[in-house]
Amino acid sequence: MRLTDIRDQDVLDEAERIMTICNACRYCEGHCAVFPAMERRLDFAAPDLEYLANLCHNCGACYHHCQYAEPHDFAVNVPRTFAKLRKETYAAYAWPAFMGRVFHGNGTWVAALATLALVVFIAGTALIGGPADFFAVHPEGFYGVIPHQVMAGLFGLVGLFVLLALVMGVVRYWRALGLPAPLGVGGPQVLQAVRDALTLKYLDGGAGEGCTYPGERPSLARRRFHHLTFYGFLLCFAATCVGTLYHYGFGWIAPYGYTSLPKILGISGGIGLLIGPAGLLWLKHKADPAAVDKDSGGMDRAFLWLLLLTSATGLALMLAKGTTLLGTLLSIHLGIVLGLFLTLPYGKFAHGFYRLVALIAHALETRHGARMTPAPAAAPDPEAAASARRDAA
Amino acid sequence: MSETTVFDVLVIGGGHAGLTAAVCAAEAGARVCVLEAAPHSHRGGNSRHTRNLRAMHEAPTAVLTEAYLEEEYWEDLQRVTKGRTDEALARMTIRRSSESVGWLGAHGVHFQPALGGTLHLGRTNAFFMGGGKAVMNALYRAAADLGVVVHYDAPVHDLLFEDGFFQKALVGREGTQRSAVKAKTLIAAAGGFEANLEWLTEAWGEVARNFLIRGTPYNRGALLKLLLDKGAQQIGDPKQCHAVAIDGRAPKFDGGIVTRVDCVSLGVVVNTLSERFYDEGEDFWPKRYAIWGRLVAAQPDQLAHVIIDDKATGRFMPPVFPPERAGTIAELAVKIGLEPATLERTISEFNAAVRPGTFDHTALDDCRTEGLAVDKSHWAQAIDRPPFRAYALRPGITFTYLGVGVNARAQMLMADGKPSANVFAAGEIMAGNILGEGYLAGIGMTIGSVFGRIAGKEAAAHALN
Ligand SMILES: Cc1cc2nc3c(=O)[nH]c(=O)nc-3n(C[C@H](O)[C@H](O)[C@H](O)COP(=O)(O)OP(=O)(O)OC[C@H]3O[C@@H](n4cnc5c(N)ncnc54)[C@H](O)[C@@H]3O)c2cc1C
Ligand code: SF4
Ligand code: SF4
Repeated sequence: MRLTDIRDQDVLDEAERIMTICNACRYCEGHCAVFPAMERRLDFAAPDLEYLANLCHNCGACYHHCQYAEPHDFAVNVPRTFAKLRKETYAAYAWPAFMGRVFHGNGTWVAALATLALVVFIAGTALIGGPADFFAVHPEGFYGVIPHQVMAGLFGLVGLFVLLALVMGVVRYWRALGLPAPLGVGGPQVLQAVRDALTLKYLDGGAGEGCTYPGERPSLARRRFHHLTFYGFLLCFAATCVGTLYHYGFGWIAPYGYTSLPKILGISGGIGLLIGPAGLLWLKHKADPAAVDKDSGGMDRAFLWLLLLTSATGLALMLAKGTTLLGTLLSIHLGIVLGLFLTLPYGKFAHGFYRLVALIAHALETRHGARMTPAPAAAPDPEAAASARRDAA
Repeated sequence: MSETTVFDVLVIGGGHAGLTAAVCAAEAGARVCVLEAAPHSHRGGNSRHTRNLRAMHEAPTAVLTEAYLEEEYWEDLQRVTKGRTDEALARMTIRRSSESVGWLGAHGVHFQPALGGTLHLGRTNAFFMGGGKAVMNALYRAAADLGVVVHYDAPVHDLLFEDGFFQKALVGREGTQRSAVKAKTLIAAAGGFEANLEWLTEAWGEVARNFLIRGTPYNRGALLKLLLDKGAQQIGDPKQCHAVAIDGRAPKFDGGIVTRVDCVSLGVVVNTLSERFYDEGEDFWPKRYAIWGRLVAAQPDQLAHVIIDDKATGRFMPPVFPPERAGTIAELAVKIGLEPATLERTISEFNAAVRPGTFDHTALDDCRTEGLAVDKSHWAQAIDRPPFRAYALRPGITFTYLGVGVNARAQMLMADGKPSANVFAAGEIMAGNILGEGYLAGIGMTIGSVFGRIAGKEAAAHALN
């Protein structure tokens, strides 16, 4: 019997099975956007499921509140199933496609790539400057170790590739969800989606108490650590942008003083990027293993570690200015950053983009009261569906 | 389990009524122990399958629309029970139901926001966010915070009384280490006997073997039987229960809400002889679904089939199991094991009897049949547009009404009508005092909420005195 046998099923089949059960139950409709979106559907094709999976913020509420969770035969587990499917989406829509396959289900790849980048960097820098130079004290700062053009050129190239890969992935996902051309999407809907994403609206459990994570007791810890991580990342990104502007726009060459804008942005962002990922890693460590997908865990952890190390080495670098450690630290830092960059389009980082597209789709569906993804069968009569919602005893 | 501790209050049954009582007693300062038959994963009995409770309210609230006053609530209850209710207890329950949403809210339970302008239950019933299991998780957290001792896998199989005073409960599964828990007072909150097929068979005869149990397998009525044996007043008769027609492929226990089939009013229902047997369009489905359990129970093999055509697609909540589908009625009949010729005749006679009308599923419309032995009075449309679909129906028991008598202080009554010395009761185990028959959606949880709070306070006061 399909309903009770989940083992060795394809992820999409399993997601469809679970959504069919949830759609007959609907007790979780107040928790997040997934359930109202589900209620607009009678059947669940691949794009529907990939949409719903990316709409899910993995807050855990619907797992802990499900009367059909294991050991019930129905074995409903929305967060774990959707985590699996999200990972599939990142791979399915990845560009170039082979990179998706490389990363699929392989968190260790992320780590391997980062290590590789690191080694290349250390070796490369040593080669350029010669070992003696490498361990010298560089009064002129980083560019004494690695010439600026090399650094900017390398990161510029990798950055462009990352951007292209991310955009391509998002475009493919966007099309699969049946969304109109970007200009056809109403401003208010985009705004709504951006607001929901920036505030992490759906990590509030539906009632503002926070998500049911890492355990059964609602908590805002996840949301706060995520905010620290995300805004820390943004601040660091802003620091880099301002630094670039200083360099090329005004000809002000790094290093900058502690009270300069790039430093203030970088230090505050760096601190966020220390506490945030550390907190998220700690929560992951404590999380109820039943609710999470252990295969996604590797990828998630690798990403968090890369963020944490990026920030830690960056801050250390600042403190190491004027010491013989600068060369080594700089290579390690840039190696980690490069590793992070390369994994951005395929690893956990991509979740933000797919989630944003899903939130836009949700805002559009809410606005139009209809399903956006291609509907294979007759669409439900919205009136009947709405009235059916509340009739259960 | 320590045999030396004497608790102030012992609660038997860890569902909504039991946990409400435990939390209230602990808040009053009592040392409380809860014994729950199920393991942690299945704690919360039938309560974990629920979605709402019915609450009186004088003005719109964040979770309920308009107003629902005592008189209307009472009339609704009187109508469904055909007067088989204790008016004083019922009115008290109705009045105190107005505190339920606030009490649960203060103990970590969230409700869904009220949907304005709905014709349906949003006015009378407050919906739990996340359903009944979310409610139970919150109450178990509240109990833990108050230091309530909870034992799982702890079915009570005997009670010891001395001079009419409850002394201790004997706990443990057969073949395992058994222990005793002593307490000054007892709150009985272990639900009905709906999961006890032998007992159901005693009441209903062999047909009960084909009943499906919608809720927990742990409500086997052991405590109810013990209390009745110790001389408690019996309320209600064992045949009275809430029974609905659910998908025949549902699991024997714990199928819960998803096994319902909501398209009866959109099609026709036939038994295994391919005969229709009741007016499918008598009234709105939410008002009728609770009679179909009994209707199907009265059919051969306790089995029926609802048959719809493509016009019904998307007009009802999608059921959890896929239907049987076919391009013709005869093919469908073969798939569901009916006589093709007979089913074809039933359907064509039905189609021929359909009068012209304007279909409107949101109103009692004028689409009906005329001249059949069993007419369909609303939403009757010819079953003629393929694909045709069929869902099997079987009786699904929600809960039984046989219980122990109580008074307004939730004290259990003895056969002579006097209150027991130190035993209280709350929830399904005493719901029969208010529900002699019939059902009003959401009143099960309301009874548990009101009597749970009263029992908790009264038992604590008694023990601490
Ligand atoms: C599918 C379904 C949906 C429902 N939906 C609603 C709804 O939306 N609204 C509503 O008001 N009502 C609803 N009901 C009815 C509602 O569930 C009950 O009225 C209510 O839950 C009763 O609460 P209770 O605490 O008395 O019993 P329960 O919640 O059933 O708790 C009884 C507990 O006692 C334990 N127990 C049993 N025997 C023993 C023993 N010997 N020793 C120790 N422990 C024992 C059981 O394990 C169980 O946990 C629904 C019922 C079902 C089955
Ligand atoms: S997760 Fe469980 S409780 Fe929530 S809607 Fe799905 S089946 Fe229902
Ligand atoms: S885990 Fe949280 S966000 Fe994901 S579907 Fe469940 S309730 Fe929604």
